[in-house]
Amino acid sequence: MAVTLRIANAAGFLGDNIDAPRRLVEAAEVDYLTLEYLAELTLSIMARQRQKNPQLGFAGDLINVARSLTPALAAQEELHLVTNGGGLNPPAAAAAVGQVLVEAKLGHVPIGVVTGDDLAERIDELKAAGCPLTNLDTDEPIAKLEAPIVSANAYLGAAPIVEALAADARVVLTGRVADAALCLGPAAHEYGWSWDDWNTLAAGSVAGHVIECGAQATGGYATEWGSCDLTDPGYPIAEIKRDGSCVITKPAGSGGVVNRRTVSEQLVYEIGDPTCYATPDVVVDFTTVELAEVGDDRVQLTGARGQAAPDDYKVSLAYADGYTAAGQLVVYGRDCVDKAAAAADIVFARLAHAGVQFAATHRELLGTGDGVPGLHGEADDARQDIREVVLRLAVRDPRRAAVERFAKELAPLITGGPAGIAGYAQGRPQVRPVFAYWPTLVPKSAVEPRVDVRPAADWTT
Amino acid sequence: MPAAENSITLRRLATARSGDKGNHANIGVVARSSAAYDYLARELTAERVADYFVSLGATNVVRYELPKLWAFNFLLENGLGGGASQSLRIDTQGKLLGTAILELTLPAPDDLATLVGNSQT
Repeated sequence: MAVTLRIANAAGFLGDNIDAPRRLVEAAEVDYLTLEYLAELTLSIMARQRQKNPQLGFAGDLINVARSLTPALAAQEELHLVTNGGGLNPPAAAAAVGQVLVEAKLGHVPIGVVTGDDLAERIDELKAAGCPLTNLDTDEPIAKLEAPIVSANAYLGAAPIVEALAADARVVLTGRVADAALCLGPAAHEYGWSWDDWNTLAAGSVAGHVIECGAQATGGYATEWGSCDLTDPGYPIAEIKRDGSCVITKPAGSGGVVNRRTVSEQLVYEIGDPTCYATPDVVVDFTTVELAEVGDDRVQLTGARGQAAPDDYKVSLAYADGYTAAGQLVVYGRDCVDKAAAAADIVFARLAHAGVQFAATHRELLGTGDGVPGLHGEADDARQDIREVVLRLAVRDPRRAAVERFAKELAPLITGGPAGIAGYAQGRPQVRPVFAYWPTLVPKSAVEPRVDVRPAADWTT
Repeated sequence: MPAAENSITLRRLATARSGDKGNHANIGVVARSSAAYDYLARELTAERVADYFVSLGATNVVRYELPKLWAFNFLLENGLGGGASQSLRIDTQGKLLGTAILELTLPAPDDLATLVGNSQT
């Protein structure tokens, strides 16, 4: 590591730009490249994948991304890769990534695997041990939950990542960890931060929070989207000092922009109560953070304060909650709004005639402002001028058969609805399972993070 | 719709970004200047935001203040129709709400030029 630790993040979710990680390490030398792949829903989807094939259940993009990074891993000795792309099956991810490294003659590179977050098989044991697993949103006791549990994962902290790095891992693959831990772990390892140095841990977590969504810190999704070139936004780099303060920047010559505005918008992104943003390692107070532009595409963050970490891990538990489907068609013409509304009525009337009702239905006339339901109101005069809308219908029901019946009722509009409707080439809407959430807590003492570091070649067997 | 003469859209004074926290919508609003922050601290109340987004069916709206960042964070509790997994809306995660809140109209301040600062819009 040079004088200042450089941690970049080049994936903000599973589905993010697959070239971004390679482009980042080609454009900038960093000590750590992190890849954040796990939104709340992602592990439930991975659970279904693993059910079908025990070698799946991790971030599939990781294989090609790892392959694209092998030249940099070979050439840049300082470069480490830390990702939660292990998903629900970090050992399987290690086998796949290990194979990629072996093929690139990097079979000696140590891969660290972090597990222990997956509690799905331990729910009965935890209940028997007196863990209430109360729903944090509704206060309901776990006894009320009768539906099958799809996945249950504790948000682990930065400590197991530090442990893997201390054992010389150059690639760390985790399951569920707090997003900020992907950045805090490497920083705590490099600087030897103490686990009760709350302000420093808070600062490292703030850096992690700013970069965890990738290009959202560097001009992506910015309100003033026209102020920079977003064709190839540089993904964010946090230059972190020993005291935890950092400068957010991006590779020289890349697109996008880093300024007060892009960083501020990301600082307040999805943080809930900013005075007590809880992570497994520290409770962060975002209201203490000070921000300064200190150069072109350089924003400094200082002053973060934190409080003692909670005694519990947050657990994201998902259970099966029926089925859903959504479909859409384009409706054209000067009376398109009325026609689309009529077409929706026809669909649901036909379903009612067929004896099919749903637990929930939803109609959107996209193009009229329905992306935010009800905000513009039905009486908006501007609707008369609309020449085209997308009719989108969605349903949800416990019975798969009912949702499948809905999926067959859109296409008949093409020949048996009003004129000026098209867009059926994509076929019938897909019926998908619904996963509902039961956010809860488990005492840290009930969870044992495990760390296993072995050469890449050893993971492939 | 253009704002009336004695009113102003929030877009003039702030930018925004939104997302989800389970079934709660989370809307961050960043003022364009320190003076704009002070003005919004008075005018962009939780009540006003709750009225504006009444159609979302949120059960409660909370405003958090981050004066050092010239920012506010609004939490629209249970405002996402079930959240990422269960909502039937096209915008399951409330990503559009940041753009939507910028069209909220407020009484025009006396010293608009100062409040808008040197921003591009």
